[in-house]
Amino acid sequence: MAAEEQTLQGYIKHHLTNGQVALTDDPTNSFMVLNVDTLAWSIGLGLIFLWIFKSAANKATLGVPGKWQCLIEMVVEFVDQNVKDTFHGKSKLIAPLALTIFVWVFLMNLMDLIPVDFLPALAGQIGVATGAVESSHDVYMKVVPTTDLNLTAALAIGVFALIIFYSIRVKGMMGFIKELTLHPFSAKNPFVQALLIPVNFMMETITLLARPISLSLRLFGNLYAGELIFILIAAIGLFQLPLHFVWAVFHILVIVLQAFIFMMLTIVYLSLASTDH
Amino acid sequence: MSINATLIGELIAFIVFVWFCMKFVWPPLNGAIEERQKKIEDGLAASDQAEKDLQLARDKATAQLKDAKSQAAEIIEQAKKRATQIVDEETHRGHEERENIIAQGHSEIEAERNRVKEDLRKQVASLAVVGAEKIIGREINEAAHSDIVEKLVAEL
Repeated sequence: MAAEEQTLQGYIKHHLTNGQVALTDDPTNSFMVLNVDTLAWSIGLGLIFLWIFKSAANKATLGVPGKWQCLIEMVVEFVDQNVKDTFHGKSKLIAPLALTIFVWVFLMNLMDLIPVDFLPALAGQIGVATGAVESSHDVYMKVVPTTDLNLTAALAIGVFALIIFYSIRVKGMMGFIKELTLHPFSAKNPFVQALLIPVNFMMETITLLARPISLSLRLFGNLYAGELIFILIAAIGLFQLPLHFVWAVFHILVIVLQAFIFMMLTIVYLSLASTDH
Repeated sequence: MSINATLIGELIAFIVFVWFCMKFVWPPLNGAIEERQKKIEDGLAASDQAEKDLQLARDKATAQLKDAKSQAAEIIEQAKKRATQIVDEETHRGHEERENIIAQGHSEIEAERNRVKEDLRKQVASLAVVGAEKIIGREINEAAHSDIVEKLVAEL
């Protein structure tokens, strides 16, 4: 095992492997497996997000806010402004949803800026010290949850469910079905219309499904690539320091941008879903 | 790398986080922000109003001051006029009084002179009668000749 770590391939592969726990004894069942690292880091960061904002909410008064309070409220206002600009309906869910997505994704992306070896190496040392594993190399951990497709897909599926929910709530079941089948092609002649329905349905379904898929793959792809470059930089030895710094500075932009894009697209999709054509 | 049960766990976590945020985080935070915004807005409006009021009060005070000044000037003017008038009146009255007193004096003197004249005339008459008596002798009837004496007296 220790020999494998010396090779570049092994090093990269080690960094890109999730720490997994199988839920069944069947080794061929690849679905009933939990990525423990993704779950732990994402839920931990989610709790940090909720704790920060909940404590800010508890301290929110009419008086002059402190600096930390101001920062939190700036984030809230920023999200609120974006929601108000884009989503014109009334909903108690959209704004908190957008806030959760923005801050949570941002925090998870932020893990990318921690030097790639710190936390996995620490976890490896703890694993060895507690006697759970023989070598620190046996501990697998990816600390950036957004580089796990499971997480981004879960977010996208949640958003997708809300798109369907809002579509049906605003337009009604029939309205939703009509939207899927009578656009973009329509004809006055009922027979031609009947012919066009499958075509429309196929196109609209693709449009609809493209949304969660693009959402999840965009976030995953950006962060996975960023992480991979961090790993490559970390593998080159002493000269990694300036390179790492440059890439990290650039990456600060990426992590905020990706969180913002995910939030913004969620708002846009939901606002499209809840407006009648 | 592949999709596995983590997806379900993350979906549950996502739902719980959003629910918690919607229930306990967003309403108090946003409520406080909006309330504070309203308070600041009100405060700004109140300060604007106060500034306007102050300007108004200043204008009013200036106007009142101007008014008071002009009024004071008017009063002073009037007082001056009145003083001149009083002086004039008094002077006039003094003159009149002097004239009166002088006139009275004149008339008194006149009256006295007349009286003295009358007196003298009477005395002269009686003297004339006495003189005549002496001249003509004692036979003259005083009663018969009194008309001559009277005439004589009137001629004096």
